[in-house]
Amino acid sequence: MNAALKKAITTLITSMADDALILGHRNSEWTGLGPIMEEDIAFSSMAQDKIGHAWALYRILQEHLGGEDPDQFAFMRAAKDFTCCHLAELPIGSYDFSLMRHFLFDHAEAVRYESLQQCSFEPLQQLSKKVKGELKYHTLHADAWLLQLCRGGEESHRRMQAALDRCFPLAAGIFEPGPQDALLIDAGIYPGEQALYDKWLNTIYPLLVNASLNLPDPAAVAPQYGGRYGNHTPHLQALLQEMGEVFRLDPTAEW
Amino acid sequence: MSNQSYDPRVNRLKLGNADDPIKVEEGENWNVYEVFHQEKRGAHHEHVGCVHAPDPQLALVFAKEQFGRRKKCVNLWVVRSADILAFDLEDEDMFANNLEKTYRDASGFKVMDKINKFKGEAVKQPKA
Repeated sequence: MNAALKKAITTLITSMADDALILGHRNSEWTGLGPIMEEDIAFSSMAQDKIGHAWALYRILQEHLGGEDPDQFAFMRAAKDFTCCHLAELPIGSYDFSLMRHFLFDHAEAVRYESLQQCSFEPLQQLSKKVKGELKYHTLHADAWLLQLCRGGEESHRRMQAALDRCFPLAAGIFEPGPQDALLIDAGIYPGEQALYDKWLNTIYPLLVNASLNLPDPAAVAPQYGGRYGNHTPHLQALLQEMGEVFRLDPTAEW
Repeated sequence: MSNQSYDPRVNRLKLGNADDPIKVEEGENWNVYEVFHQEKRGAHHEHVGCVHAPDPQLALVFAKEQFGRRKKCVNLWVVRSADILAFDLEDEDMFANNLEKTYRDASGFKVMDKINKFKGEAVKQPKA
């Protein structure tokens, strides 16, 4: 594998991992605060899954692409060196926002990993098979809540629509094309952000219709880009500070 | 929450006027679901506990989390607790004399000697 392709794959994996780590951390902030006990446990467990996905991706960087130790890489980087999307960074807000983010993000993740089942880079292809069942469950959970809340009366539906309107431009930002997208497409790594975005729209559209929600016109929406190039909202810095607080007390400690 | 229906066997949610806005009272549409866990394909589903959920699909989602994430699991069932028909506790006396009716107990039949003998013969004389 040549150096340019190696760099491109590293960029792609780092974005995927950073998204999973940051949103996993965000969602874990609901632990103990979830609306009911069963949902609290379910949401926390899925947050753990996300952090597991991040770890697996950081491990691929370390083992196959000359990357750092996953813990060091996750906890010691500055905010500008993260390439997560803005959607993942935002505070948890209320449950309508967090659930809508979970719905939009996890469907995007499912579409992405599904495409990676044909990935020419074997470690990614294998990981995509491993996480398939988990993602199936995550999207089932998200779809069930979406329907439930959208049919839960006028106020509930109104709040879900407002959450969708707020989250959609942010979620479109998941698919911000990286600098080496063309190279990755040519090398058969993945089909590229534009193709994934189209597929994601096709997946979520019927689910939203079924829940009587109006998808904002994608053509009229400006996706919230910047995260893939290290430009972040101020919320990321605060999150990183809290997430790495204990780790940085002694970065070489054995856990 | 529920009102008397014309059918005495069932309770029905108040449906009201179709034009009225749908108003859900807190907790109104939540049920308890019993959860049955299957450890491997073909095995019996065994009762493991219950979850609280607004509909069967979410009950399955929650059951997966509460009862399907530690030990081996290939499938789960959920059943609304209210759909289970059970004897009254005071009817326990119907079962009181079971222990005296040992003639209904298969343990009285001594067949293992015969079975083992038969198996031994089958090994000695394999089919041609």
